[in-house]
Amino acid sequence: MTIKLFGITREIVGASHIPVPDNQKFNTVADLKTWLYSQYPNLRQLKSIAVAVDHAYAEDHEALGAAKEIALIPPVSGG
Amino acid sequence: MIKIVSHINLSEAYSYLNSPEAGAVNLFVGTVRNNAHGKQVEKLLFEAYEPMAIKEMGKIADHAKEKWSISKLLMVHVVGEKAVGEAVVVTGIASPHRKEAFEATQFLIDELKKSVPIWKKEFYQDGSIWVNAHP
Repeated sequence: MTIKLFGITREIVGASHIPVPDNQKFNTVADLKTWLYSQYPNLRQLKSIAVAVDHAYAEDHEALGAAKEIALIPPVSGG
Repeated sequence: MIKIVSHINLSEAYSYLNSPEAGAVNLFVGTVRNNAHGKQVEKLLFEAYEPMAIKEMGKIADHAKEKWSISKLLMVHVVGEKAVGEAVVVTGIASPHRKEAFEATQFLIDELKKSVPIWKKEFYQDGSIWVNAHP
C-alpha cells in the first residue's frame, strides 16, 4: 500500500508517495493519521490534512480495510 | 462539462453552454491576479488529484442541479503553470432565466474552492508558497 501525496505534503515528505510497510495495519483513518504524524512530524505544520479513500473524503472514524487508493489532501486552494 | 485541462478555451465553454431552451448563459472566469498578500505575483502553478477532483466537481454539479433549474452546467479548471492574466477556472450555467444562472454559477465556484482537491502555488520575486497550507 502507498499513500499518494500532492502539493505541500509532497514537498514536506520529499516524495510523491509514502510506502506503508506490509506489517503496518490501520483500522481507521485516525490510526493512519497518527502513524503519519509520527513518521513525518513536519506534517503538523499544516493547517489541516484530510484523507481521501478511493477518491472520496474519509472521516477519522472510517475503516481503511477495503481501501484501494489512499491520498493525503492538504488544504485545497483551487480557483 | 466537467474537466481538468492545461488551457481554458472560453469560446468552447460558451458554445457548450449556449442552448435553445436557455434564455441565460452565465460564465465566471477566474484569472491569475498580479498580487497577493502585498507581494507581486509572477506566476502560479496548479496541481490536481485529477480523478478525485472530477468526482468532487460532479458532486457539486449534482447539488446545483437539485437546487436550480439548469439546462447546461460547466466546471473547468487548469493544471500547470499560469502567467498573470491567464484564465485558471471557469464555471458556467445555462438556464431558462438569469437569476438561477447567476446564483448557480456562484455556487459552483464557491464550492469548488472549498472541497475540490486542487492546489495553487504562488511564485514571487523572492520565493513561493502553497496557498492556504499553513495556519
